[in-house]
Amino acid sequence: MLTWARSTWPRLSANGKAPTVGRFRYGFPMAETLPQLLYEHAQRTPTRVALRERLYGIWQTLTWREYYEHVKYFALGLVSLGLQPEHTVAIIGDNRPEWLIAELAAQAVGAKSVGIYQDSVVNEIVYILNHADVAFIVVEDQEQVDKILEMWPQLHGVQKVIYYDPKGLRHYSEDFLLYFPVVEEKGRRYEQEHPGWFEERLAQGKGDDIAILSTTSGTTANPKLAMLSHRSMLSMGRNLMKVDPLTSQDEFVSFLPLAWIGEQMMVMSCGMQVGFTVNFPEEPETVQHDLREIGPQVMFSPPRIWENLVSQVQVKIEDATWLKQQFYRWAIGIGYRMADVRFRKEKAGLGLRLLYALADGLVFQPIKDQLGLRHLKRAYTGGAALGPDVFRFFHALGVNLKQIYGQTEINGIAVVHRDGDIKFQTVGTPIPETEVRIDESGEILMRSPAVMLGYYRNPEATAEALRDGWLHSGDAGYFDEDGHLVVIDRVQDVMTLHDGTKFSPQFIENKLKFSPYIKEAVVFGGDWPFVTAMINIDFANVGKWAEKHQIAYTTYTDLAQKPEVYALIRKYIEQANADLPPAARLRRFLLLHKELDADDAELTRTRKVRRRLIAQRYADLISALYSYASHIDVETTITYQDGRTARIQTRLAIESLDGKE
Amino acid sequence: MQRGFQSVLNRTTLAPGDVQLRIDNVRLSFGGVTALVGVSLQICQGEIFAIIGPNGAGKTSLLNCISGLYRPQRGRILLYQNGAEHDLTRLKPHEIARLGVARSFQNIELFRHMTVLENLLAGAHIHMRSNLLASMVYWGPAQREQMRFRRFVEDIIELLEIQAIRHKTVAELPYGLQKRVELGRALALRPSILLLDEPMAGMNTEEKEDIARFILDINEEHGVTLVLIEHDMGVVMDISDRVAVLNFGQKIAEGTPAEVRSNQDVIDAYLGEEHLASPFR
Repeated sequence: MLTWARSTWPRLSANGKAPTVGRFRYGFPMAETLPQLLYEHAQRTPTRVALRERLYGIWQTLTWREYYEHVKYFALGLVSLGLQPEHTVAIIGDNRPEWLIAELAAQAVGAKSVGIYQDSVVNEIVYILNHADVAFIVVEDQEQVDKILEMWPQLHGVQKVIYYDPKGLRHYSEDFLLYFPVVEEKGRRYEQEHPGWFEERLAQGKGDDIAILSTTSGTTANPKLAMLSHRSMLSMGRNLMKVDPLTSQDEFVSFLPLAWIGEQMMVMSCGMQVGFTVNFPEEPETVQHDLREIGPQVMFSPPRIWENLVSQVQVKIEDATWLKQQFYRWAIGIGYRMADVRFRKEKAGLGLRLLYALADGLVFQPIKDQLGLRHLKRAYTGGAALGPDVFRFFHALGVNLKQIYGQTEINGIAVVHRDGDIKFQTVGTPIPETEVRIDESGEILMRSPAVMLGYYRNPEATAEALRDGWLHSGDAGYFDEDGHLVVIDRVQDVMTLHDGTKFSPQFIENKLKFSPYIKEAVVFGGDWPFVTAMINIDFANVGKWAEKHQIAYTTYTDLAQKPEVYALIRKYIEQANADLPPAARLRRFLLLHKELDADDAELTRTRKVRRRLIAQRYADLISALYSYASHIDVETTITYQDGRTARIQTRLAIESLDGKE
Repeated sequence: MQRGFQSVLNRTTLAPGDVQLRIDNVRLSFGGVTALVGVSLQICQGEIFAIIGPNGAGKTSLLNCISGLYRPQRGRILLYQNGAEHDLTRLKPHEIARLGVARSFQNIELFRHMTVLENLLAGAHIHMRSNLLASMVYWGPAQREQMRFRRFVEDIIELLEIQAIRHKTVAELPYGLQKRVELGRALALRPSILLLDEPMAGMNTEEKEDIARFILDINEEHGVTLVLIEHDMGVVMDISDRVAVLNFGQKIAEGTPAEVRSNQDVIDAYLGEEHLASPFR
């Protein structure tokens, strides 16, 4: 943890004139790199709050000046330990100020950083550390240190491991382990020996330097590392904010992994540019509570988070008293009407507006308050498609939720909905300075200053993704009549139904996932005569439902195979089917005995389904779905997080919906 | 090794390795039943000391003697604290608590309708100086004291990783978390020695691993001496520095986990004489 004591700051502007450091002068927009922007904020608004972290139950603040000092001394500490510009600093940990400090420190002295997801499996981490020339690893706590120690013999080139939560690490004797403040202390000593060196080095930073390596959730075994320059990161933030302005007064809560481009984009590309306050929750478990206390103005989350919020509301409402339920039903009906009017870009009549105001005051504001969404100017969803029903729901509540489209390779957002021009089947229109076109094969190509420099030490993959300056996204899509981009699916995943129409399995899956009881769904149908699905129930919500209906169960597997649960899920599938063209309707489904998990490589870290891998692994189940069988026996090996394995033998029922038609 | 008294969570005035608790020939009987038959033990500052034995061996009775809930008929229990020797058999439970002997119970003894935070603050109240009048006025010294204690309790919350349930009522928490809160409340006393009566009873493997981790943290990070009764031999052998074995009120063995594991009397006591297999994994 950081010490929150007020720091002493040398008065650089003793003569009342703006100090000049290297090529740039404060107040003059010449900053090309993220750390240079940090320097400007520290000069311009030294006492404003830059970061806030909830610690000991209280929000602790770090001003821009303190933020800059931490970065400076940590950077100097790393340099004194041997950090070179060609090195990479890897960071593994929860969202904390130290994460950003380590990242900016590396960049300030010309090196780069790479964020690694905490729950990555050992092989993946080893690959990244070795492939990216990592010399220093900054980790959160004992858990991560233990993980690194375990893989230590396989690592080449790592010099030091720096941790910032010392709990439990007191008796570790490895000489390459260092405590974060100790590195800062070394930096202070280095500063005394080399006064002014840091500012000079900082000023030498160029916009085209690599700022971060960002892992892309590849569908292949090893992740690719996109090289993102300062210039590209900042251009993306600048262009997004031309569409959706943010100010230095805004608040942002950073709770999604900082290794994810979406979080980097909000915190660095946008935050560093306008200087809004970034807030860190106390623990992953307290996010909901902390979010509510801050009430951020902007959020960017993958669909999973929004789907969870909907499920939460639905479940809470089901538990509420009769009167509250009636109020909610009445209000949400008005909300939906209002949302639909707005989607059609019509003007709501006076009656509807009055009713909506009433519903808003009585029901929507309290709900939004509970969820911490009350002060949102806008919210983004991206990374995967979000079901239209979820969209409608948030707009009914009055949350300005917008779909974005982008990739790690283009720094996050490239295409976004404009306020008041929201069509939930589209992802909106390109942000300024961004060109999007569709090539002959239907693939989406993009060109903008935000496109990556290439994949780190992977020229083949780079040549494939970047051709003549165009980023080949690998996604299939088209422009609709209003000029909105519609993303169908990954090019390889788009399926042709038996009647010849092209269809996206993702679309059907999202439809299913709107049910609070369905957590994950994998739809098949491309090469088959009809469409089927494997479904993961939502253990928490179905469990609650089962308790309420006095259905006894023991484990996830047991619960998933209850006939009552099949009936429950079937009801939702029939609802979804009603909205689908006949050829795309689900005919048969089964409830899986285990949750699809990123640890088993079935999902990516951002919880996208790895379709091909699942198709291989569950080949037996799929062929059973396309047979006349009413059940199938499965035996699987499960790997627990501590490495132990267990075998599960069970019988999965397969349900047919054919009889319904 | 860290000197114990450097940590705010630890009140001992001894250096690690000094004798902290000396149990000398303690005998306890209830009517005709003799629960403890002349038990003698020495527990040193900074160690994790486990007491094991079959059901009814007198383990909890011994802990109750130390914390003053039972008064042995014979023998002495000496605690070294604040540079003096205190005979716990002559003190009342609250006086013993004031010397820094904290404990948790086999069945949870928390204030069920108070929040986690309130329970922890209640555990720390023994150190509060404000009298009734000052507390009623609240502003000034009492408020400053309240803030100081809140900060102290937050350290415990962080140590035990219960930030997310800080404001939850204890009654609505699952069993495993309640046990953790109880451990926290014992810590809030700023113990010099911490007695844990089956801290892992009724837990699943994962919860046990968590508690074992916390016990080690309390011991390693804060130098607190721990005396624990536990039935899970795997855990006992893993985390204890020394183990004593009781059987029918008598100490039949004492030593490092390895020594105790190979002791024939212990194997007999646990499994009967005809069994050759060791009870220990």
